Amino acid sequence: MSDIVPASVEAVRRVREDPHRLGHRGHGEGAPVMGAGHGETGPANSRIIVGYGFWIFLLSDIVMFSAFFAAYAVLMNATAGGPTGRELFELPRVAIETGCLLLSSFVCGLSFAASVAKNRLWTQIFLLITGLLGATFLYLEIDEFIGFAAQGATPQRSAFLSAFFSLVGLHGAHVFVGLLWLGTMMAQVQAKGFSRMVQHRLLCFNLFWHALDIIWVALFTVVYLMGAAT
Amino acid sequence: MSELDYDPHDLEHDHAPGDEPPESAGHWVMNYSIGLALATILTVGSFILPALGLVWGPSLPVALIVLAIAQMGVHLVFFLHITTGPDNTNNVLALAFGVMMVGLLVIGSIWIMVNMHHYMAPTPPEAMGHMAPPSAPSTVPPAF
Repeated sequence: MSDIVPASVEAVRRVREDPHRLGHRGHGEGAPVMGAGHGETGPANSRIIVGYGFWIFLLSDIVMFSAFFAAYAVLMNATAGGPTGRELFELPRVAIETGCLLLSSFVCGLSFAASVAKNRLWTQIFLLITGLLGATFLYLEIDEFIGFAAQGATPQRSAFLSAFFSLVGLHGAHVFVGLLWLGTMMAQVQAKGFSRMVQHRLLCFNLFWHALDIIWVALFTVVYLMGAAT
Repeated sequence: MSELDYDPHDLEHDHAPGDEPPESAGHWVMNYSIGLALATILTVGSFILPALGLVWGPSLPVALIVLAIAQMGVHLVFFLHITTGPDNTNNVLALAFGVMMVGLLVIGSIWIMVNMHHYMAPTPPEAMGHMAPPSAPSTVPPAF
């Protein structure tokens, strides 16, 4: 490391030569480590701090979901003589719900790519498709709940149904909140354009929507497929 | 991908989850499309597996869990862009902690409750009769 050039210039040179810092990290006190808040290069870019903070929130949300999953796994067979999952679940409906959510996640990724390219028209189109697919998912789920209630399978019927409605309903509530957020983001993109703040919010929304899809993967496997098979 | 508000050199050092270092839009679309294709294959696999009868019945839950974990991996890599690169260390460490908490909660709960079931003596039918007199049978038997 040269003594003449300032540390930040040296750090930028190292980034250009070795973007992933494989084997060329600075050592010792004062060695500039960009993004870590050490040395003389200052703290990380706000986009990275926002994304990382939201990532921590999502992981804590997933930990909360895991408590509901644990409750469901424990109470799965406590049907108290009421309807079982095998009798209630309609797999074709769940397959359509899964398809909606997966496609919605994909289109949300496309909207994010369009927003990074600052293309307002395609960002809005993809966000709208994301929202419509999410709304279809939510409609199918509410319709399923109403159908269950008509068969007498309400949350108060058995411990199994209490756990089922709280787990699946919690995910549905997240999707609903996500749809509200999506509408807000579409309005902000229209009104404020791709300012730095709006870009940060779009990054967070994209993360949120993908995380909901990951939770749905666990949900349709544990609740619907395993419930209908065993 | 040229007029971004942020300094691209910063982004080459650290990596927000869900973000990618500046690339062309085609790269993003390609990445998401591979993810969608893999996720579709795995989803279709989990839905038709019970119907196909290729897997021995009692091992079906294990097969479904393996498919689900594979699909979560596909989502993390292709949709959330979590990689093993040094710029991703913070994201991966946070994820590892999250996975540990989820594992402790779910496996721990199931372990304890299965054990409790195992050690609880099954209630004989005569004892059940004492608890709920036949004249007034409980409409909702205790679930747990």
